[in-house]
Amino acid sequence: MAALMEAQLPLRAVNNKIRVDGVSRHFPSGHGGQLAALENINLEVLPGEFLCIVGPSGCGKSTLLHLIAGLDRPSTGEIWIDGRKVLEPGPDRILLFQELGLFPWLTARENVEFGLRQKGVNTKERREQAGYYLDLVHLSQFEEHHPHQLSGGMKQRVALARALAMQPDVLLMDEPFAALDAQTRDLLHDELERVWRETGQTIIFVTHNVREAVRLGDRVLVLSYRPGRIKTKFSISLARPRHIEDPEVASMSKKVLGHLREEIDKSVRAEFHHEQFA
Amino acid sequence: MNNLRKIARQVGFYAFVLALWQSLVLLKLWPPYVFPTPASVFEALRIGFSDHTFWIGIGVSLKRMLVGYALSVILGGALGLLLAHSDFLEETLGRLVVSVQSMPSICWLPLAILWFGLSEKAILFVVVMGSLLSISINVEAGLRNVPRIYAMAGRNLGASGARLFLYVLLPASLPHLVSGLKQGWAFAWRSLLAGEMIFVSLGLGQLLMMGRDLNDISQVVAVMVVIILIGFAVDGLVFRVVERNLRRKWGLSSAA
Ligand SMILES: Nc1ncnc2c1ncn2[C@@H]1O[C@H](COP(=O)(O)OP(=O)(O)O)[C@@H](O)[C@H]1O
Ligand SMILES: [Mg+2]
Repeated sequence: MAALMEAQLPLRAVNNKIRVDGVSRHFPSGHGGQLAALENINLEVLPGEFLCIVGPSGCGKSTLLHLIAGLDRPSTGEIWIDGRKVLEPGPDRILLFQELGLFPWLTARENVEFGLRQKGVNTKERREQAGYYLDLVHLSQFEEHHPHQLSGGMKQRVALARALAMQPDVLLMDEPFAALDAQTRDLLHDELERVWRETGQTIIFVTHNVREAVRLGDRVLVLSYRPGRIKTKFSISLARPRHIEDPEVASMSKKVLGHLREEIDKSVRAEFHHEQFA
Repeated sequence: MNNLRKIARQVGFYAFVLALWQSLVLLKLWPPYVFPTPASVFEALRIGFSDHTFWIGIGVSLKRMLVGYALSVILGGALGLLLAHSDFLEETLGRLVVSVQSMPSICWLPLAILWFGLSEKAILFVVVMGSLLSISINVEAGLRNVPRIYAMAGRNLGASGARLFLYVLLPASLPHLVSGLKQGWAFAWRSLLAGEMIFVSLGLGQLLMMGRDLNDISQVVAVMVVIILIGFAVDGLVFRVVERNLRRKWGLSSAA
């Protein structure tokens, strides 16, 4: 087995953490047709890179993260992580879902402990780690609350704690801060950046907020709308720590936004059309 | 405080029902062998309990319920799992299950008697057939309606196979399962009493028929009161408590 794997390795030079290779994902659409959510995506992510993805809603951002997480299979193409093909979910890459997916029957703490328990971490250690990560997202007071007792922003923070507690090599984040007020979001940007530096995690961060993408990312990708393709890749070489209000962040965001705007227009028109004639 | 008010309201309501009953008696619209007085029903209850016939009836019926219901939960749960697991089974067997479930359970009695004779097994068979399918339908619906995101979140966090089922799918479908169990209990209870009334067998159903045979309307009503009280107790002490806890935990509650 090991010999077989090694035989494959030299073919794929493993200097990137994630390699998305000609990936398309088509969904069956209404009238027997096919919807190309993603079309021929090629992407390499370096170990420890913080990659942000922006794009209009419906362009396939969530689909891409699901594919990398191994929760869905590409229609064509392959995804490789550490030189191994992604066939199923794994504890080395954790997705923070756009819909969060917190379990309503568990408390905030139990939600954070869930994945640790699956890993076989013992009760005491689980409790400690859950406490640590809930503290990190400033929710210590709410450990024993159930999700329905928390605000939207608090739920997002529980989901963040749950993902971070798994200490994955690869952290996939799908619009994780969309429901937060600006102040809390700034705070969590700092915390996330700190955790990222300390752990050396590779992060793919999806957002519709260009400023946020430029604030956080080493690179920012703009996806196009239908079919979802990579339209532009920006390298963000601004020095860290950055702040979302920095003038450099603002001017870079303007550049990115220029490329994004066209796609947003496309998506808005498509949705308008859809509403009119559906 | 709130609880006290609720209890007071209930007590008031039943006092009112009793008063209404008594005033109808006082109007003498019907002879006493057609319309019993509250006092005669209480007397029948007292006698029934003090000479142990009611206790025996309750004991026999509840034992049948527990055995029959337990079988239903196990078999119905297993069938529900299968139906949830396989689209093929759902489309074939599942359709059949729904149609068969629509049949009144007492229709199983002739078959039961032919198979098992006038025996304990026959009545258990009726109870099980009366509730098993409704439980399996609810288990299946519960599992199939688990939002996809929970299963994805579970897999994403490292649960799969039996663990995914145990820690995610099962708790996620719990609200559905509990209402299925409750419905299953109600069906089992009805089937049991119908069965007991039709063939001699101790039990509450038979006590009802005995009252009729003796032309003793007070006993008939007294046994009915016992049956209603048991339903009330099971609902209030078991299902209501479970549902309330569930709703509180999940935040499904409207007013509970
Ligand atoms: N499971 C699915 N079945 C059918 N269509 C889907 C499914 N998931 C996503 N889509 C479609 O694919 C497109 C991209 O969706 P998504 O990745 O959620 O977009 P984004 O996250 O960028 O808003 C949308 O048009 C959506 O309707
Ligand atoms: Mg999305």
